[in-house]
Amino acid sequence: MTRGPVTLRVDGLRTHFLTKVGVVKAVDDVSFQVGRGEVLGLVGESGSGKSVTGFSVLGLVDPPGRIVGGRILFWGHDLVALPEAEWRDLRGSKIAMIFQDPMMTLNPVLRIDTQMIEAVLAHDKVGRETARQRARDALGQVGISSPDERLRAYPHQFSGGMRQRVAIAIALLNRPDLIIADEPTTALDVTIQAQILYEVQKLCRETGTALIWITHDLSVVAGLADRICVMYAGRIVEEGGIDAVLDTPLHPYTKGLIGSVPSRNRRGVPLSQIPGMTPSLLNLPEGCAFRERCPRADEACHAMPEMTVPSVDRQVRCFHPHDEAIG
Amino acid sequence: MSQSTQEPSVGTADRKDSPSRRFAADFCESRLAVGGLLVFLAILLVAVFAPQISPQDPYDLVALDILDSREPPGTQSVSGHLTFWLGTDAQGRDMLSAIFYGLRTSLLVGAMSGFIALCLGTCIGLMAGYFAGRVDTVIMRIVDLQLSFPSILVALMVLAVLGQGVDKIILALVIVQWAYYARTVRASVLAERQLEYVEAAQCMGLSRWRIAFRHLLPNCLPPLIVVGTVQVAHAIAVEATLSFLGLGLPPTEPSLGLLIANGFDYIMSGRYWISIFPGIALLITIASINLVGDQLRDVLNPRLQR
Amino acid sequence: MTAPALIALEGISKRFVKPLDLAAKIAQKLGSSVREEVVHAVDQVFLEVAEGEVVGLVGESGCGKSTLGRIVAGILEPSDGRMTYRGDDVTALEPTEAKAVALKIQMIFQDPFASLNPRMRVRDIVGEAPLVHGIVERGEIEDYLDDVLRRCGLDPNFKRRYPHQFSGGQRQRIGIARALAVKPEFIVCDEAVAALDVSIQAQVLNLFMRLREDLNLTYLFISHDLGVVEHISDRIYIMYLGRVVETAPTEELFDAPNHPYTQALLREVPRLDVRHSIFKPVSGEIPSPLDPPSGCHFHPRCPHATERCRREIPALKEIASGRFSACHLNDET
Repeated sequence: MTRGPVTLRVDGLRTHFLTKVGVVKAVDDVSFQVGRGEVLGLVGESGSGKSVTGFSVLGLVDPPGRIVGGRILFWGHDLVALPEAEWRDLRGSKIAMIFQDPMMTLNPVLRIDTQMIEAVLAHDKVGRETARQRARDALGQVGISSPDERLRAYPHQFSGGMRQRVAIAIALLNRPDLIIADEPTTALDVTIQAQILYEVQKLCRETGTALIWITHDLSVVAGLADRICVMYAGRIVEEGGIDAVLDTPLHPYTKGLIGSVPSRNRRGVPLSQIPGMTPSLLNLPEGCAFRERCPRADEACHAMPEMTVPSVDRQVRCFHPHDEAIG
Repeated sequence: MSQSTQEPSVGTADRKDSPSRRFAADFCESRLAVGGLLVFLAILLVAVFAPQISPQDPYDLVALDILDSREPPGTQSVSGHLTFWLGTDAQGRDMLSAIFYGLRTSLLVGAMSGFIALCLGTCIGLMAGYFAGRVDTVIMRIVDLQLSFPSILVALMVLAVLGQGVDKIILALVIVQWAYYARTVRASVLAERQLEYVEAAQCMGLSRWRIAFRHLLPNCLPPLIVVGTVQVAHAIAVEATLSFLGLGLPPTEPSLGLLIANGFDYIMSGRYWISIFPGIALLITIASINLVGDQLRDVLNPRLQR
Repeated sequence: MTAPALIALEGISKRFVKPLDLAAKIAQKLGSSVREEVVHAVDQVFLEVAEGEVVGLVGESGCGKSTLGRIVAGILEPSDGRMTYRGDDVTALEPTEAKAVALKIQMIFQDPFASLNPRMRVRDIVGEAPLVHGIVERGEIEDYLDDVLRRCGLDPNFKRRYPHQFSGGQRQRIGIARALAVKPEFIVCDEAVAALDVSIQAQVLNLFMRLREDLNLTYLFISHDLGVVEHISDRIYIMYLGRVVETAPTEELFDAPNHPYTQALLREVPRLDVRHSIFKPVSGEIPSPLDPPSGCHFHPRCPHATERCRREIPALKEIASGRFSACHLNDET
């Protein structure tokens, strides 16, 4: 369980896309929580539903997608039924989002200061000078030197890493309680990624902002996160503290995923691999979505496994989880 | 990647069809476009079978009777054999038959010139886009020069030099149109050329011509098809204008434009049918082609891809 | 070693020049300081790959590894230097020999979506080149295709399908089949698994290793992912802004990296075993290849930089048997 007050609690979230070819259950019964100052890693491969989960929390799911069930409790208030006007108040002020491509945040034809001041003024009725000062401070917080010069520049004058930093600074402008980051460093170089991870970790510890870091890269989550949720085919299959899950994974998928990472294998020996492919979200096998690829599957897996709590602070959705002692 | 961040990735077993079948299904989503396509097909059938379905052969001078001239729609002919459903013109020709034959000529000229211009423009555009460098610069400057003149003016200049006749009109229209195709294809090629499958083909040791025509061209077809439909309509309109101005086809094989021109003198005296009905026929033809072209443009637009 | 290396690059450089247009040329004549933009994508690279080896090429954006890969594969021409294949200069060969050598070197690309022609069926994508080059007779092509596809883990019944009907991992396999179909000896893998999910990545990497054994292939494996490169390579080259800064056998490189950039890279790669803390990383942005720093390219970010590093380009010197590093600090012994 999370230590301290809970910032966000998601309960049984279901987001479905009603397309021409059928219903895509992108997010199916997802529950997790993040507390103050905590970093939660939301890990999964493509098609796992991790990005759609992030968008759902912010109410950014466009038709044909819809939140069809569950609750999203932000400081106890349910966001699912919120009218659009109140959503707009929340977005960018109390809850902020960072995307994989910083150009989704930055307008290429506006200067940085224009965009940042606009972001401040949208939520806070302060003077322009105050807003500019806040922008300067935010840039400093993400480690950008000579902020006055940078403020007067346009996005295209920055490198990819710098743009991402500016996007993070914009997210921080209104001192949000929660930041959702959707693969923000995936497209960046190793050294730049390291810088951004370092800044972000420092930031969360100092300001107490809760962070949900969505990624497919287990190694990034290992260093950054306190807790981890592993998603597969729209469902959370395992959840727990980062050390517990990475050292002794319970779900066969988690175990397989960790095992596929090259650094976990000896050189020259074939990598341990999960056979098969992620099933199409339109055509999920009934019961456990992983059973067709799972070495431990049997008849019981034709039924849908529910989340169980095998020990304190760990949850797993499996009929045949690995033993915690052996791992 | 190129897919939107919102829509979840759907598996592969669900899209069994070839690109052409998917395209047909997407096209049929717009009822207006399907309507346009049906109307156009009807017009095409009429044009192809004009000799068979016309009540009268309007260019057989023996069959005409001057006493039938300028009759309003619905009159019986003097001989009593036919009804002039759309009236007659100044020579006693049945307007309905004249329109059928006129459609035939218009479509023939429009389609043929469009097709030849497409082939010519595509080859030139492909060369400009793929071989780049000086070839590209020279070709594109010629294209720019060509496109800076209004189409009617270019056609008039060509016809002034060559004289009248169906083949000369087609040549003039080809000269007017090829540049649009060339420019469109070149833009497509420039975009596609950077993709990795072209590099892979180069790695395989395939010749430049093979890469240009076998690999690049099929991927440049979508905008070409859209331009093609719009250009055919444009060609028909240009030809009609030329005929209206008296510089187009000879009066023995009138197109819709000439028919409109012939009837123009009579509009003010109340004999509207001689001009208006060919005009409506022209309107419907061009409108149906444009409806089809609009839907094609939406369906083939990669940004709207599902 | 007595046999010449399969592929050897000697002093290869590649410059991309954006020429001045007419207006800029006039401005220049009138005294403006407008200059041609030159990107030194690859600068004096020496690289060798022995037969049967897997050489990893690692670097970040702007290091020139993709450009180098394309030069090896024959897609780009070098501005300077020469490349030899089994000791023969590839540019000095007769046309038929040159074509044969070009076919022996193939490339697998990063983007599984852009690297396959969306309007060609799989059997044409894979089967076109063997037919055109006469590697296989028309009558035998179907069986040959089935064989190649099966070897890459694909069902031959899917020959008639189009690329969009396959997943990313399958498309990458089709790309591999395409390369294998012309019977290559050497394959350049340009970030071939970067766009794939971790579990699919493992499958494709295992496929690479199996093919290497079965068909005696040699690889140049270009990647930014050190974990993958560590697992698959025998020897690694590290590049920074167009130059090779260090090369060593894999284990030695990871045990004791010599060049400060290599040390930073290895330290800053996220690892599964490192929890709850991120080390303070090397500061500074990667410089733009349009305006690289003088002397050693890494000196603005290097914690041990000296005045000499600013002035002089360090040469790639042998620091131990089989290990080379381009750093002035090695001279101070």
